[in-house]
Amino acid sequence: MARYISLVISLAALSFLCLSATAQTQKTMSVQVKQTQLRATPSHLGKIVAKAPYGARVTIIEQRGDWKRAAYGSYRGWVHTSALTTKRIVLTAGRTSQTGTVGQDEIALAGKGFNKDVENRYRANNKNLDYTWINRMETFNVTSEQIETFVSEGRLSLGNEGGQI
Amino acid sequence: MKNITFQLTALISLLLFCGCAAVETATSVATDVAVQRGTITKEQATSIRTGTTAVARSLENFTPEQEYYIGRSVGAVVLTKYKALNDAKINSYVNLLGQTLALASGTPELFAGYHFLVLDSDDINAFATPGGHIFITRGLIRCCRTEDELAAVLAHEIGHIQMRHGINAIQKARMAEALTVLAREGVKTYGDEELIKLSNSFGDVISDITTTMINNGYSRTYEYQADAAAVTILRRAGYQPGALVNMLQVMSRQIKPGGSDFAKTHPSPQARIAELGISAQTAQIPNIRKDRFIKAAGHLL
Repeated sequence: MARYISLVISLAALSFLCLSATAQTQKTMSVQVKQTQLRATPSHLGKIVAKAPYGARVTIIEQRGDWKRAAYGSYRGWVHTSALTTKRIVLTAGRTSQTGTVGQDEIALAGKGFNKDVENRYRANNKNLDYTWINRMETFNVTSEQIETFVSEGRLSLGNEGGQI
Repeated sequence: MKNITFQLTALISLLLFCGCAAVETATSVATDVAVQRGTITKEQATSIRTGTTAVARSLENFTPEQEYYIGRSVGAVVLTKYKALNDAKINSYVNLLGQTLALASGTPELFAGYHFLVLDSDDINAFATPGGHIFITRGLIRCCRTEDELAAVLAHEIGHIQMRHGINAIQKARMAEALTVLAREGVKTYGDEELIKLSNSFGDVISDITTTMINNGYSRTYEYQADAAAVTILRRAGYQPGALVNMLQVMSRQIKPGGSDFAKTHPSPQARIAELGISAQTAQIPNIRKDRFIKAAGHLL
């Protein structure tokens, strides 16, 4: 019987730990894409207030659907959830003397793991692969203005916007 | 003893839902309790903790940055099978349409965004890499008669990315191995030996994904999931979801049984239509959508 009571108590304690861990990580998040934008309204067509680079830490103020209102330095703006992670992204430049293993799961190291060096090594072993068009297609950019015109002329809408789910 | 081990396992499994960091903390607490009560030894506790840490780590995924690099090489392998179509008119249009659709998906922001490229082939085929590179053949564009139908094709590919089908094609053992190498070597500057290990692991990952994507095809379930995601994306973006049915109807007339393209890697268009359970598009499409589709793709049809 004592065994079951202690198990129940530990389960309750653990549940609390889980919840508090979630609550803590909700507050501060990192940008997990090359660059994202903070916008005046929760929409990909909203006016850009500021740009935040990979690894930037932002504080979440408010959430609406897929959008989070975040503080980045002195800026406040809306960021889409898919650009953010609860992990802390460590930019490793200048930290190369660090040794040991990654101790905590919530840390991700920018530029480590499968990176440009690994790709180069892989390419050296697979000479039949040609990345010319991969590089070229990555330069195909579309501006917000082009999308806005395309959407309005075509009588389309940007779903997923305005904080609507 | 067996009993407590079972209970601990059940407890830990339950808590897997709470996230990896929490699992490690939870396991630590649970094993402490068990040690204090004398039901397991300290050594056993350490062993359980180490095991759970490994499990927690293996649940970790690649970062979007790493998925981007995986995607680049998956794309390069696709381009050994198909040539790019050097046609600015269609490529610009497909990128404008595709990126508009991506904004209506559940994953509008990838590490380096979405990029689309038309392939110079009569095959009916399309591919999406975990890095956001989406390829579509001339032959598949020929199955589309309207912008809405082309949107349906691109939305299906975006669906594969949103549902992480490419990453899920990596064999579990391989994934665990890759993540172990990454966890071990993560903080250090890579020496030659680590680079070799990492690039071997990278090569295995690329091979798993491309074998599934190009040769064997995803499971039927994944294809139906991508179709369902496409319907949501189309609806959100203001396109008519029924356009997917129209496109599949044309595809069913053009697809060659026994071919090495969609005929081999996808469920039949008829099966996909049946699974979708929606009707073909009948409503009128605004003229401007018709005009701009013909202007951009007319010379390929």
